[in-house]
Amino acid sequence: MPPKPLDYESLNENVKKVAYAVRGELYLRASELQKEGKKIIFTNVGNPHALGQKPLTFPRQVVALCQAPFLLEDPNVALLFPADAIARAKHYLSMTSGGLGAYSDSRGLPGIRNEIAEFIKRRDGYPSDPELIFLTDGASKGVMQMLNSIIRNDRDGILVPVPQYPLYSATISLYGGSLVPYYLEEEENWGLDLDNVKKSVATARANGITIRAMVIINPGNPTGQCLSEANLKEILLFCYRENLVLLADEVYQQNIYQDERPFISARKILLDMGPPISKEVQLVSFHTVSKGYWGECGQRGGYFEMTNLSPQTVDEIYKVASVSLSPNVPGQIFLGLMVNPPKPGDISYLKYSAESKAVLDSLRRRAHIMTDGFNSCKNVVCNFTEGAMYSFPQIRLPPKAIEAAKKAGKAPDVFYCLKLLEATGISTVPGSGFGQKDGVFHLRTTILPAEQDMPAIMASFKKFNDEFMEQYENYRGFSRI
Amino acid sequence: MSTTSSSAVTLASINPKVLKCEYAVCGEIVSHAQLLQEDLKAKPGSYSFDEIVYCNIGNPQSLGQPPVTFFREVLALCDHPSILDRDETHALFSADAIARATEILDVIPARAAGGYSSSQGTKGLREVIAAGIASRDGYPCNADDIFLTDGASSAVRMMMQLLISSEKDGIMCPIPLCPLYSASIALQGGFLVPYCLDETTGWGLETSELRKQFEDAHSKGITVKALVVINPGNPTGQVLEEENQRQIIEFCKKESLVILADEVYQDNIYVEEKKFNSFKKIVRSMGFCDKDISLVSFHSASKGFYGECGQRGGYMEAIGFSYAVREHNYKLACVNHCCPVMSGQILASLIMNPPKPGDESYESFSIERDGILSSLARRAKALEDAFNSIEGVTCNKAEGAMYLFPRIHLPKKAIEAAKAANSLPDAFYAHRLLDATGIVVVPGSGFGQVPGTWHVRCSILPQEDKIPGIISRFKAFHESFMQEFQD
Repeated sequence: MPPKPLDYESLNENVKKVAYAVRGELYLRASELQKEGKKIIFTNVGNPHALGQKPLTFPRQVVALCQAPFLLEDPNVALLFPADAIARAKHYLSMTSGGLGAYSDSRGLPGIRNEIAEFIKRRDGYPSDPELIFLTDGASKGVMQMLNSIIRNDRDGILVPVPQYPLYSATISLYGGSLVPYYLEEEENWGLDLDNVKKSVATARANGITIRAMVIINPGNPTGQCLSEANLKEILLFCYRENLVLLADEVYQQNIYQDERPFISARKILLDMGPPISKEVQLVSFHTVSKGYWGECGQRGGYFEMTNLSPQTVDEIYKVASVSLSPNVPGQIFLGLMVNPPKPGDISYLKYSAESKAVLDSLRRRAHIMTDGFNSCKNVVCNFTEGAMYSFPQIRLPPKAIEAAKKAGKAPDVFYCLKLLEATGISTVPGSGFGQKDGVFHLRTTILPAEQDMPAIMASFKKFNDEFMEQYENYRGFSRI
Repeated sequence: MSTTSSSAVTLASINPKVLKCEYAVCGEIVSHAQLLQEDLKAKPGSYSFDEIVYCNIGNPQSLGQPPVTFFREVLALCDHPSILDRDETHALFSADAIARATEILDVIPARAAGGYSSSQGTKGLREVIAAGIASRDGYPCNADDIFLTDGASSAVRMMMQLLISSEKDGIMCPIPLCPLYSASIALQGGFLVPYCLDETTGWGLETSELRKQFEDAHSKGITVKALVVINPGNPTGQVLEEENQRQIIEFCKKESLVILADEVYQDNIYVEEKKFNSFKKIVRSMGFCDKDISLVSFHSASKGFYGECGQRGGYMEAIGFSYAVREHNYKLACVNHCCPVMSGQILASLIMNPPKPGDESYESFSIERDGILSSLARRAKALEDAFNSIEGVTCNKAEGAMYLFPRIHLPKKAIEAAKAANSLPDAFYAHRLLDATGIVVVPGSGFGQVPGTWHVRCSILPQEDKIPGIISRFKAFHESFMQEFQD
């Protein structure tokens, strides 16, 4: 009896290979427990609104008006909506050809792409071409599109930082490419040492892999480190010499919690370096409305900007985008609002900046609370979250715990995280989902739980951790790297 | 040192599946139209028409169709829930819209429409959709069988990812075919097994043709995995008879094929004698359960009378999957999109649970719905009659969907001229039509057609008052084209 097409054996092998820990075993177990009535604190996904962060008022007012344009004719509309939100809704509606319900250009509404180009110019000091900016349903779709265009077969390698956000490993598996990991240095605050990259490249090439692209995540996920200017320069030089396209995931560019290394875009550094490099290195940069202080994950608004890709290549990417018809229009408007927010003098400006500042300041405080909380545990070492939304503490596990994990058929960090979940309701993602050096264990949590809940959460963690350590060892003899 | 010719991503080094993929609906004809549009703007009066009419794509609201008021009220309130409990809100929104928005937010974790939902889509909304499906079909529907996606197209792409491992994996598709399928199969590197619809019998689907193509593919070493059926059809507009659907199901069951039932036009039926029966309903009515057959049914917020293309609402209902497969599907959903866009999810739930008799908004809702649907029916008829009245053009009735697919009998001279211009004859005709009239249609070659026959796909969506003008310009163009190229 031949297998049926959707029997497990017949499934696309690449699909079977895909692993995506962020919504994997821990998440599913947490959901089960939640159904049973246990209180769960979901810190597995960077999903701010689900943890109580309020949406910014102005964008929601504008998009609501765009959804219901008949309101704009209603004399009572000013009772509920400020004049600048009304004006902005009209502005965005005029960019569409039929409102939110019409497919836009497959690359996104030209008006929004223009606004993004202006934003990039203000941010970096260099003009940006709106024709090279494509909007997507979330940055993830853009990443997938680019990887799909690059990966031809299993000998095409993509350099990915480890630890990494598993969208990259999952997508590379799905498209049948080869993931070439380069390790970040935990002891150097997750710094990027180009020697590690070169080592990985050499090994991969010795195995017959053609390296096609390098991914950087800046600020990092899960690691949070912000790349320095010098770092970015050497990466770009490296890509130039090795003929790699640089994929710069910059979705956390608004989430910076230290002042020594503000965000600098890869594109700015590239252009600063001048010709020939600035005209040769192929770069794709990604951004989103899901992070920052907006946190509008459910709206699926993202874009990518292409630099130094040939017009024919851009056309092919456009063609593939057209198969999906168009990115969702409300998400596009969120993007426009993000890059073109209320300005000083606008009616909504004060409220908008107060709301934004409150979120960012709180995130910075929470980054500290969490880092300090983890570091107060003897067997936990946690680099400071310089940026992004996560904390990635290293948990040093005693040999007995590792044994117990093995007996239970689980990786040690999965074992630890499951126990943490059962004991405290804190749902994290085991470090193995992101990649880590052999024998070194981490977990990823977000810094998103409400600030007032943080002390209790960290206390709960510490209690669990110390009891766990009691159970499996006295404080002597934890596993070292 | 790198030079432009050896840069990492060039046409020479891009994924060849990307190169192979084609999508005519947004292809060359549209670029041509956009250029013309810019020219028109810059030099008004320089053409014999004063606007471009985009009949290439099923994009109703871009051509003036208004959205359903109730749906937009609910969406606006879900976008800005802080106004829900303000008194002034009652002055601007209907009471049942306020109630519905509240109901929807109650099923969204933390009432956060801006948060990621489950990758499969918010459970509470899937439950509403499942109830709507059950009420439509008269058979139970499980919310866990539903995957909400960014438009039905995303769900189709996901299924192709699941089914296709190599170029030996075949998917049977109707010809003519909505190019989403050919493009998705090409992108995934699979094999398209065509089965021809019969133009002479109103685009009829014969099981003998299915069998023939299946065996042919099999003999070539292709493992046929699934069969795509589009009901109502795109571009062809025919609505399947129940008996036909049963034959298709029997065939797929026998050959262990997954049925991929594209039902996005289920709310667009224009003829009294036909009605929509979902494949799910027919499968269940035949007594088949999950172990008998795998069926994936697609629906969308983009069509019907709601036409919300830009919101990207859609879902698939997948029955007959093993647990292991369901897990992989879930994983794919996670990777592909983290979660489907929230406004699209909400729309899908509204479509499957619209206002009912007795609801405050029911009357205005049904007036809007019936107004749009009856207008679409009139436009379908007007264009069908017009095409059939032109010598050398024959056109099957559009029983449903949003398009007409007239056959243009092109004289030899025209075909030669097309060849000389390095163009396919129907593309040649379509470009000439555009230049003369501003009307944008899609050449039939983008959909597949019997070799030697030529068609164009024209949507029925321009507003009703524009239709007579379109018809007269089309007729005038056709006559002069035929005169120019008569044998």
